[in-house]
Formats: sequence, structure tokens, C-alpha cells
Amino acid sequence: MPEMKKTREGWGKGLVELGEVNPNVCVLTADLGESTMCHFFGEKFPERYFQVGIAEQNMMCIAAGLSVTGKIPFMATYGAFAACRALDQIRITVAYSNLNVKIGGAHGGISVGPDGATHQALEEFAIIRSIPNMTLICPTDFWETKKATIAAGNTYGPFYLRFGRENVPVVTNADTPFEIGKGYQLEKGGDLTIIACGMMVFEALVASEELRKQGISARVVNIHTIKPIDRELITKCAKETGAIVTAEEHQVNGGLGGAVAEVVVQNFPVPMEFVAVMDTFGKSGKPSELMEKFGLTSKEIINASLKALKRKK
Amino acid sequence: MREKLNVEQLKSKALEIRRNIITMLTYAGSGHSGGSLSSTDYGTALFFNEMNIEPKNLNYKDRDLWFFSIGHVTPLIYSLMAEAGYFPKNDLLLFRQFQGRLEGHPCKKHVPGIEVSAGSLGQGLSVAVGAALGSKLDKHKRRVYVVCGDGELQEGQIWEAAMSAAHYKLDNLCAFVDYNKLQIDGNVEDVMGIHPLGDKFRAFNWNVVEIDGHNFEEILAALEKARNFKGRPTVILGNTIMGKCVSFMENNHKWHGNPPSKEQAAIALAELGTTLEDWTKRLAES
Ligand SMILES: Cc1ncc(C[n+]2csc(CCOP(=O)(O)OP(=O)(O)O)c2C)c(N)n1
Ligand SMILES: [Mg+2]
Repeated sequence: MPEMKKTREGWGKGLVELGEVNPNVCVLTADLGESTMCHFFGEKFPERYFQVGIAEQNMMCIAAGLSVTGKIPFMATYGAFAACRALDQIRITVAYSNLNVKIGGAHGGISVGPDGATHQALEEFAIIRSIPNMTLICPTDFWETKKATIAAGNTYGPFYLRFGRENVPVVTNADTPFEIGKGYQLEKGGDLTIIACGMMVFEALVASEELRKQGISARVVNIHTIKPIDRELITKCAKETGAIVTAEEHQVNGGLGGAVAEVVVQNFPVPMEFVAVMDTFGKSGKPSELMEKFGLTSKEIINASLKALKRKK
Repeated sequence: MREKLNVEQLKSKALEIRRNIITMLTYAGSGHSGGSLSSTDYGTALFFNEMNIEPKNLNYKDRDLWFFSIGHVTPLIYSLMAEAGYFPKNDLLLFRQFQGRLEGHPCKKHVPGIEVSAGSLGQGLSVAVGAALGSKLDKHKRRVYVVCGDGELQEGQIWEAAMSAAHYKLDNLCAFVDYNKLQIDGNVEDVMGIHPLGDKFRAFNWNVVEIDGHNFEEILAALEKARNFKGRPTVILGNTIMGKCVSFMENNHKWHGNPPSKEQAAIALAELGTTLEDWTKRLAES
């Protein structure tokens, strides 16, 4: 088993690093400072840390106002409330005005566990990806979340970063290159490509290893930036491997799978299969029980891969 | 008509509810202890004295309507429901677990009797306003009850709802604020002050009654005042203690969203006059 670490810790540590080099970086939270790990920043830079109480819509527009004064506001709450509760504020005030606001959507995905469906954000990709000007990133592990956070701070524009609650496998390291909008290959392969994001990247790697034992060589690609998506890399994978499986901890409608499919059908149509939550709300349980029930496992990726291969001409 | 419990009976019912809460949380291994225990006494008074409900007949048309705008206090909500007879008590033992049907936050689909799923703060007061408006349209005499958290009042929607309740003169609506002065990140007044709360509601044209939220005489008197007050909605500001009746949980915000360990549960249940084993047996058998 690889090392396990929380992605939200990458966000929290990334914020501190940003704060150290840039006095304009501010952080806001809505009664979830510790939970979203914004409190590291708060302890270090109390004068630039704003606790707004349980008021996500207010927080989104306060961040907008801060950005007007040249500050770089980062705000975090659970994804369920960031992308849904404050959506109008994101769409019109933040995105339409193309403000330099960075949104952290914590506790994304079914792996949130026993809190149940209300807190398991499974819709953010579809929501945020449909809004012009937004950049949407779902990093795979601690290191990537930290790098994505820092990159967001150094790049102008409205960003949404999605991270999770639990410890997840570390598949990259401090030196793995990270570039916004650029996916990368983690495993070579020519029979099909598994494109994943977030903690599903690890499941994809496990699936690829299993498939190899069955004589199938499955390429694994991490698409951390869901918008703007890496059209070039996706098209290349379609051409070179002729079949694609996507894997994400999100609803099947409008997420990573949809984003990849949009590129594939326009540029080089090949059979595709989707591993995602199949248009249903989550439920309470242990993260592992839920990943199993909702089909977010390497096993499901293998099944989907075999299906895609069968359809391949 | 269900029998109304008197103050002494309410006290022992509240004790049982608190035992249920600790037991559920212990097996769940996650969940919200603090607010469940602080709003126990008010919830008990509502379910076992004040409200006209028929838990065995969910289609009972004349039922009063109740909502918990703080969806996270499911240990309390489900305990009240099970004790009132909405479903068997042994369901409580699988709270928040994969095999169970009692979700971490109230789910209408899986738990008949829950009118609206909840878990995103700040929405329940608006739902209650709608229910009170609908009841008025029908010229129905039923009353509508909603429980809010004090941290929850920081949500702007609460004040939109407060404005509309007064605008429509919803005297059939009674809100309760579990004023335990704490929320996840600490003291409400440090996180985002809501003081002076009574004046805020008065400025919004509400009838305000401030009480000790753990005193049943005061709770019942406040509910009666609310019932008799015409032309305006009533809010009961219940001064409460987070984690009430479990010594190590009282007034500590760390207990907002944490369950007791097995060892802590043993201490808590001893303070509540039982043991985990005995209370589990009681729940399992009913
Ligand atoms: C819209 C929304 N934002 C944030 C949360 C996360 N959350 C759950 S409970 C809570 C604190 C609630 O404080 P309070 O109302 O005082 O309840 P208490 O802690 O006293 O139980 C927060 C921030 C949520 N459930 N909904
Ligand atoms: Mg409180």
C-alpha cells in the first residue's frame, strides 16, 4: 500500500506557502476553518484570515470584493455548499466579472462517508464546468493539491479546486511536474486509455496492473484540470489506443466523463465507458463500503475496460 | 389523541432520549453530540406534550408540522421519532451505518415522518414559513414548529425567512433557537456575532420569548404564549448548554460534531444512570 495522506492538507499547506511569499493572499472560511485546513493559514496570518460564520453566499461575494482591491482571496467550505449554495454568486459576481477568486470545495465525493448524501458533493464538476471563465481542478493526492493551490494563486482568474475528506493514496511526489490544463500519463499502454481524476487515479493504476496480468495494456492518464481540459492529450489517447474509460468520484452526468467525451466525439470518436456515480444520491456508510456500493473501484474500472475493448473495432 | 406527558414525565423521557443519543453516537463512531443534547429538552416537550401528531398514522391530516432546520442533530431527531413510535427503536443502533436506514442527515425517502430532507443550514425556517402559509390558505388550525441553531442564524436566508414570516403574520409558526452559544469553530460571538438576538427578531416584527431551554416549566409556558399570541410569529430563544447532562461535553465546542469513544460513552451513560450494555439491550428489544 502506498503512503496515505489527505488532499485537504495539501490545500492548507499550499495556502501557507502562498501566504509567505505574497502578502495579498487572504483566506476566508465559513465555520469550517479546521475542517478545510484553512486554519494553518489563520494561525500564521491572523490579520489576513476572515472567519465569516455560516454564510457561504456572503463569503463568496466578500471574496469578490477583496479581489477588487487587488487581494487574492482563497475561500473554502464543503463542496456541497461552495458549488451549490453560492452558485449564483459564483456565476454572476465571480465568473461573469472574471474576478481573481479561488474557491476550495472540500469534502467532495462519496468518500465523505457517514455524513451521508447531503454532504457528499457529487455535482461540482458539472456545475462549475458549465460556467465560462472558471478553471476547475480535481487533484489526485496531497502533493498535487498543494501544487494546484499554489498554481491557482499564481494564475489570474476564478478557480474551483475540489478535494476530499479522507486519507488517500499518494501517487505523485514533491517533484512531479504540475501544469494547469495539462494532463499526464502515469502508466504506458496501447490497448485503451483510462482517464481519471482525484482519488480514482489510484484505482486506475490498480486496474491497469490487473489488466496487464490479463494481457491487456491499459494506459493511465491523470486529468486533474477538468476545465480547461487537455484536448490535445485526450485526442492523442483516442487515436493511439482506440478506446477510453473515464473514472471519477462524481455523478455520471456532466463530469469528467462528459468533458472527455465532448473532446473525443469532436476529434476522434472511439468507444467510451464511464465509471462514476450513476445518477443517484449517496448514503451513509464507511468510505470503503460506499466506494464499493457506488461502483468506484478498480474492479469496476476493469469491467468497464473489458466492455470498451469489446466495442473497439 | 396521544396522552400529554407532565413535567416529571418529560424529565424522565428526556433522560431516555439522552441515553439513546449517546448510544447511537457510540455505535455510529461519528455524528453530532453537542447540539443533539442541547436541544433535547425542547424537542421532548414538543413531541410529548405540545404537538398534535400521530406517529403511527403518517397521513393524519390534522397533524402539526415540525422541522429541524439543524439537520445535523439526527441523534435527537431519530430518538424523538423512535420514542414517539414512528419506527422501532432498534433502528437507532444502525444510525449512520451502511446497513441501516438512518442517514447522517434526515432523509425523507428512507424515514417516513421526515417531511423534508435537510442538512444544509439555513433552509428549514423558510420551509416552515411555506408550511405555515399553506396551512393558513387552508384555514387549517394546525401549528408549525421549527428548530434552528444559533450558529445557523448566520445564514442570510434565515433573515429572509424571518422577514417573510412576519410579513405574512404567521402566528401559526413557532421557531426555537437552540441558543447554546457554540458552533463548529468555537464561540458564536467569536465566529460571527449574532448578539443582541432578541432585538434582531423584535426588529423583524416577531414575538420573542427568552427562556432557559432546559427548564420544562419555562418551555411549556413559552409554547403556550406562542400559541396564544396573535398576528405575529413567535421565536423562543432557548438558552441551552451544548452537550447538556454529559459533564465532559458541556459547553465545549469540540463536541459539536464528535461522538464519544466506548470509554467516554461508559462515563456518559453512567452519568445518565445506565450502561451501554443495558441501554443497547433495551433498544434492541423494542
Ligand atoms: C449551509 C451549510 N454550511 C455549513 C454546514 C456545516 N455545518 C454543520 S453544523 C455547523 C455548525 C452549526 O452551528 P449551530 O447552528 O450553532 O449548531 P450546534 O453546533 O450548536 O449544534 C456547520 C458549519 C452546513 N451543514 N450547512
Ligand atoms: Mg450552536
